[in-house]
Amino acid sequence: MGRLEDEFRSKRAAGRKLLVPYITGGYPGWQPAIRAAAANGADAVEIGIPFSDPVMDGPVIQQASQFALEQGVTPAAILDEVTRLDVEIPLAVMTYYNLVHHPGPVRFAADLRRAGISAAILPDLPLEEAGPWCAAADAEGIETIMLAAPTAPDDRLPRVVDRAHGFVYSVGLLGVTGERESLAESATALAKRLKAITDKPVLVGVGVSNATQAYEVTRVADGVIQGASVVRRLMEDGPDAVGDYVAEVRSAIDAD
Amino acid sequence: MTEKSSSAAIADSTVNKEESLGSLLAPPDESGRFGEFGGRFVPETLVPACEELEAGFNEAWADQGFRYELRDRLNEYAGRPSILTECHNLGSQLGIRLILKREDLNHTGSHKINNVLGQALLAKRMGKTRLVAETGAGQHGVATATAAALLDMDCKVYMGEVDVDRQELNVFRMRLLGSEVEAVSSGSRTLKDAVNEAMRDWVATVGHTHYCLGSVMGPHPYPWMVRQFHRVIGDEAHAQCLELLGQAPEVVVACVGGGSNAIGIFSGFVDSDSRLVGVEPAGGAAVSRGAAGVVHGMRSYLMQDEVGQVEEAHSISAGLDYPGVGPEHSYLASLGRAEYPTVTDAEVVESFQLLSRSEGIIPALESAHALAWIVREAPQMQGQSVLMNLSGRGDKDVDQMMGILG
Ligand SMILES: Cc1ncc(COP(=O)(O)O)c(C=O)c1O
Repeated sequence: MGRLEDEFRSKRAAGRKLLVPYITGGYPGWQPAIRAAAANGADAVEIGIPFSDPVMDGPVIQQASQFALEQGVTPAAILDEVTRLDVEIPLAVMTYYNLVHHPGPVRFAADLRRAGISAAILPDLPLEEAGPWCAAADAEGIETIMLAAPTAPDDRLPRVVDRAHGFVYSVGLLGVTGERESLAESATALAKRLKAITDKPVLVGVGVSNATQAYEVTRVADGVIQGASVVRRLMEDGPDAVGDYVAEVRSAIDAD
Repeated sequence: MTEKSSSAAIADSTVNKEESLGSLLAPPDESGRFGEFGGRFVPETLVPACEELEAGFNEAWADQGFRYELRDRLNEYAGRPSILTECHNLGSQLGIRLILKREDLNHTGSHKINNVLGQALLAKRMGKTRLVAETGAGQHGVATATAAALLDMDCKVYMGEVDVDRQELNVFRMRLLGSEVEAVSSGSRTLKDAVNEAMRDWVATVGHTHYCLGSVMGPHPYPWMVRQFHRVIGDEAHAQCLELLGQAPEVVVACVGGGSNAIGIFSGFVDSDSRLVGVEPAGGAAVSRGAAGVVHGMRSYLMQDEVGQVEEAHSISAGLDYPGVGPEHSYLASLGRAEYPTVTDAEVVESFQLLSRSEGIIPALESAHALAWIVREAPQMQGQSVLMNLSGRGDKDVDQMMGILG
């Protein structure tokens, strides 16, 4: 078992709900934002490596990615910075498969390991296509976090869960990343289905938009991923606002 | 025999045509691959929808009732079969026999309607009530809006802002047909980004919505399904060429954006000796300038930078302004069965005018790419018969050309 899953399991055993903010790598202020998140109660951070065609992302994360790309950010530059972050919590990257396919899964997995990354999330790489990447990732000790979607029939979920390392990413709604007024019913429904079939940590992401919604999902799931609501704060008010927000979500999910 | 009954015979012979074993037209493997290309690289949310579509298409395609319903719509609504026109003026000028497959004469003005009628009937059969589509030149959007009107379905079309500007007429046509059109302002604001936005819509609406993809691209089963819907072009053309030439043409030429009109006409000749040529714009040359990559659900040749970011295509023609290409074309290219040269915008503008003046046929800017290659290569093809897919008519481009020609 890898470091991320190890830590998440023991924190869960100690009664802690898990909080994973998403931050767009290369967006101005992303490194201090990660440090602020770590200092304010994040259990891991998901670092987005911007891709030109992010089909799972809504307007906020698209904008942040596009801006970072316009500044000339590259995967190598982000991974290089990651080695200097000096935070205690495990780090995951989230990116799209072409950035893995281009250098090749073996080289990409090795690059992640060298940068000290624990895990990877590739939202356009479903189970059926994941073979070559998973083999390379396993060989380098990179944990591949698999996404489970509300549309998955019952016979599909166990196969997704089996292949997941680190945690299972329970997709909160039918749709792309972005903030929503209220939590979709599907968010807790899918988390329940997943909890019934696995003891791997289950975290809900996509469409969990504020502290109240984070509280709601963590009554069922082991934790929560916060994306657009974090990136919007980074874009509007900078890294300190990210720290404040993470603290706010932390205290909400810690309440009984 | 009257003309009518001969074309009816052609139409009939295309209904149940199946590839023989060992044909290059065999379906992709179970993972949706043509050789190393294709596959299904989509968000987990869409995997069940792609599986459902694959099963739905398989079931419909095996059903005579569906095949005849589609044929009747194609014949009685879209105006198939489309004719062949031999260009005697331009042909003798170039020293070749130049024959056009007249997809421009289909209802809505391009080949796109073949695929759209197929997908819309299938979507309806699968219980979907809404269609989403991407469009570049607007021809696929217009065809989708048309089918939605005909079959009483809701429809939303995504179109890059750049294309909304240069294809204003088609935007208005779609709205007239009762469709919603959304301008896409992300990325390069062209076809690639319209595909992204249509996929995002589909991720959120997959229960009642069918994504009516406009070319032989995207995740399995699209490249294969869309090819099957366009095979009618090649099957008809094959039979028509036997009548006209007594044999298959020596060269078959089509323009390539995603590659649907090209694969449609190629499919009639891929198992013959005809030379197959897919013409890409110099600024959107996925095969000659690209490397294998993964975007929009498929592994195929793709223009990308040194780290794998997808490059923006730049072409005078909105319908070919795409950095990728359908996976079956990548496969045919890798086998050496088809070739994929490029032409420049300037050559295209030239040939757009050339066909208009010499034959009285105004081609779509997309189709003018195929002609531009023929004109350039004619000295090397003296005396040969060259079949060109005239994928669409140029009315939509007249406004843009007024700006260019002054
Ligand atoms: C007339 C015409 N030809 C060709 C194309 C390119 O598409 P494909 O390569 O799928 O045939 C388009 C696309 O908009 C078109 O409108």
